[in-house]
Amino acid sequence: MDVLVCVKRVPLTGGKMVLTADERAIETRHLGFTVSPHEECGVEEAVRIVEAQGGSVTVVTLGPPEAEEQLREMLALGADRAILLETDGSEWDAEATAAALTEVVEGEAPDLVIFGNESADSGGYQVGIRVAHALGRPVVTGLKALAFEDGMLRGQQETGDVYRVPLPAVVSVKEGINLPRYPSVPAKLRARKKPVERRTPAPRAPRLEMVRLVVPEGRGKQAEVLGEGPSAAPAVVEVFKSLGVA
Amino acid sequence: MSTLVLLEGADDLSLQALTFARRYDAEVDVVAFGEAPAVTGVRTIHVAELDEYAPQAWARAIASLNPATVVAAGTDRGNEVLAHAAVMLDGVFAANVVEANGDEVTRQRWGGSLLEQARLHGDVKLMTVAPHAVAIEPTDGEPSVERFAPQLHDADLVVRVSERVDTSTGGLSLAEAPVVVSGGRGVGSAEGFGALEELAGLLGGVVGCSRAVTSAGWRPHTDQVGQTGTKISPDLYIPCGISGATQHMAGCKGAKKLLAINSDPEAPIMASADYAVIGDVAEIVPAITAELRRVKG
Repeated sequence: MDVLVCVKRVPLTGGKMVLTADERAIETRHLGFTVSPHEECGVEEAVRIVEAQGGSVTVVTLGPPEAEEQLREMLALGADRAILLETDGSEWDAEATAAALTEVVEGEAPDLVIFGNESADSGGYQVGIRVAHALGRPVVTGLKALAFEDGMLRGQQETGDVYRVPLPAVVSVKEGINLPRYPSVPAKLRARKKPVERRTPAPRAPRLEMVRLVVPEGRGKQAEVLGEGPSAAPAVVEVFKSLGVA
Repeated sequence: MSTLVLLEGADDLSLQALTFARRYDAEVDVVAFGEAPAVTGVRTIHVAELDEYAPQAWARAIASLNPATVVAAGTDRGNEVLAHAAVMLDGVFAANVVEANGDEVTRQRWGGSLLEQARLHGDVKLMTVAPHAVAIEPTDGEPSVERFAPQLHDADLVVRVSERVDTSTGGLSLAEAPVVVSGGRGVGSAEGFGALEELAGLLGGVVGCSRAVTSAGWRPHTDQVGQTGTKISPDLYIPCGISGATQHMAGCKGAKKLLAINSDPEAPIMASADYAVIGDVAEIVPAITAELRRVKG
């Protein structure tokens, strides 16, 4: 089975959101980057499918040139090849992203396309569904389990709802569908030699146009320190009592 | 112009979406599936005659009503159906909106750790409402109910719920527990969670954990509190050895009180904590459990 997985490069945000001066992005000078969590599980799932029944795993991302770093990580996880849809790093809305990805999927014609249920950063909940419509393929979202039965894809959501759809299909998965492996050193070395193809998709004006980002006001709390070490236990139990939980 | 609200029922998230729509537009209609939800303050409830959940069929029913604006709760289904409807209506779809006025919306990113002010360009606008971002306002006025059988395309029923598997574990769920005791990397090992289990048990709660812990394989993903895990809103949340990354805070911002146990008094979690104990989780948690047992006799 040929599986194509779409992933997104996102910053590792840590404890506090800090914005750039123009308030249009997160300040990432001191941050690392990663693949959005649901999507990393999507790549792991694709690799497991291909390990079990043969085929190939292609990973695609739309992002800046530096997104090659995330594609290499996914190649180390076990993907065979990668395609980078190179942008200048500016924000593409869901429709523009879906249009660029649709073009790739049409050319590759995989049996299965896997998305993350929603990206960690913008959380738009629609790129996979838009791609599926453009391709005329069925799409099932939010999967926590995926299997194949009699040529059909069986997908299960965390609610226990089960769907059975014919292939080729599009799915989106959620973290927890599997526990992604840690790539071994040899796998990382092999990943350096795997092919990463670069393409330049045509940008288009966003219809969901970001104007600016705002860091929400915190709870403005000053924690009451109940003590240090085990000697704080009586004060903690007093708090439990005052809250009615003990 | 009127706004069409997709209601999955008359639950809190649905009523929040309804309040949002009534603030956005003076004229509000509802679309529902199977049966009319018990809500007031809207003109008409359009009830589509469809049995099992099929996202594309639901979206087709919505599109057949030719709405200019569609609103739904930011649930899995709300987001899914509106994404389908956006394609059918050639509309622009913004998920997890907290505030909207005309073409201008404010929506959540990063599970609510960041807000985006955005402009929607399109004749048809679709918005889901971020859970618990809008306070429900009372309504009155009985709506009329109109049943209809939507004209579906063949492809609309290809994706539908074919079976339901019982996934309940029988015990108290993480999402509903009144007390949650969570552990992070600072717990040190899978075995270290034994002490947290004991404390949670005494408090009538359950154990949760951070993403670092599930990634390490110490706990199952079903225990994970966070943006990509379970969103909780307990009366008391006790994060132990959790630094407070935005990924985690997105899952516990609904907690009414937060007691942080952490060796680092400068950890980001402290900015969200009501109470704090500074020190080693492995020493403090058993001491609290012992004290609780002593007091309870």
